[in-house]
Amino acid sequence: MQTEFRLPALGADMEAGTLVEWHVAPGDRCKRGDVVAVVETDKGAIDVEVFVDGIVRELLVPPGTRVPVGTVLALLDTEAAAPAPEKVPTPSRTPAEEGAAEAIQPRVKISPAARKRALEMHVDVASLRGTGPEGAITLQDVERVGPSPQPSPAVAAEGAAGMRAAIAAAMSRSKREIPHYYLATTVDVTPAVEWLAAHNAAVPVTERLLLPVLLVKAVALACREQAGFSGFYREAKYERTPVVHVGVAVALRGGGLVAPALADTATRSLPELMDGFRDLVTRARAGRLRASELAAPTIILTSLGEASVETVLPIIQPPQVAIVGAGEAAVRPWIVDGNVVPRHLLTLSLGADHRVTDGRLGAHFLARIAALLADPAAL
Amino acid sequence: MNREQTARRVLELLTAIAPDVEANSVIPGVAFRDQFDFDSMDTLNFAIALHREFGVDVPETDYAHLASLDQCVAYLAERLA
Repeated sequence: MQTEFRLPALGADMEAGTLVEWHVAPGDRCKRGDVVAVVETDKGAIDVEVFVDGIVRELLVPPGTRVPVGTVLALLDTEAAAPAPEKVPTPSRTPAEEGAAEAIQPRVKISPAARKRALEMHVDVASLRGTGPEGAITLQDVERVGPSPQPSPAVAAEGAAGMRAAIAAAMSRSKREIPHYYLATTVDVTPAVEWLAAHNAAVPVTERLLLPVLLVKAVALACREQAGFSGFYREAKYERTPVVHVGVAVALRGGGLVAPALADTATRSLPELMDGFRDLVTRARAGRLRASELAAPTIILTSLGEASVETVLPIIQPPQVAIVGAGEAAVRPWIVDGNVVPRHLLTLSLGADHRVTDGRLGAHFLARIAALLADPAAL
Repeated sequence: MNREQTARRVLELLTAIAPDVEANSVIPGVAFRDQFDFDSMDTLNFAIALHREFGVDVPETDYAHLASLDQCVAYLAERLA
């Protein structure tokens, strides 16, 4: 059977993307979840996976082409995947050609700034020799080469401006369509901060945890217990998703942000979530997120503690129905047993959708997150 | 490894964990946080990279010594002495 592989939408307001490179060629076998293409979008360069097992029959869109969401990028044979593939009916390649094909396989190491410039200048990054750390291609390497003689026609104007426009479109839609309500509460997170400090002092540096990981787990557990905050609002109806995927807002250094999901957050241990979180942050900043990660979040956690902000009043990312904000965990005066004592306090906030819940339910939800944070060892 | 070699290696580690930072744009005397929004995740990844490279386990309480390239090189010199 023939299956069409289309450019997926990676967010409510993505309209198009530019195919940057193919990781497969006709005749290649691919498995569900394999990354087969890189697409430059307003969320950066995204690895796009296939969702079926199959053999690539034909690539329909050449690199450098900007296409709308939903465009058929390639054709796959899905039945042929079961038996061992017949030899592709083309002359077999010589060992030298095999070697050349192999050499292209490893991901080109290139800084996002250089990748962006290369796209703008129509420079084929595979032809460059990097002078950066571990042979990475730097901005200078790209600019030294200059534009290639035959520029491809439709290269995107993505990048920082494109991302800003996409954020503006999504947030405008959110504010226009979603009747938000906002709640905030101060949480004494001293138990979590102390537990983390003790944990991190006792384990090797590679196993240290960060506070947002505890927050993300507490949010996921609260979502699992209480309906109305995790899921999607579509066609005038709230659908609660059976599995909670908490998206973590990651700020990009050049400006802008993305919120990829930590899949099935509620069932994963803190060390697993930490590894996942680290991986997402690294890849978000290197422009190497996967399409499935961007489309998955059922709720987002936005933590602005690093920016010394006390309270976040977060805006929902449609079609989600809630977003949790966390400010800085700062030492402030607090009253315990009638005495003013210094404690680590964090303002936890909620932006939620009045079409689905009310303030009272929202208050319960925040209180539940706070209660979960009070017993960090149980997370 | 002399101070200059250490600084060069530290810079390589830094750009490996933060690939969106251009190595030749790093100002040695200015905090990473002030130059390119280095956050707690970056600091932790940096500590892990230093541990792998130099075998120095930097406790969380010493993270303040990793704030800039100059501070980091001085701290390593002390720990490795």
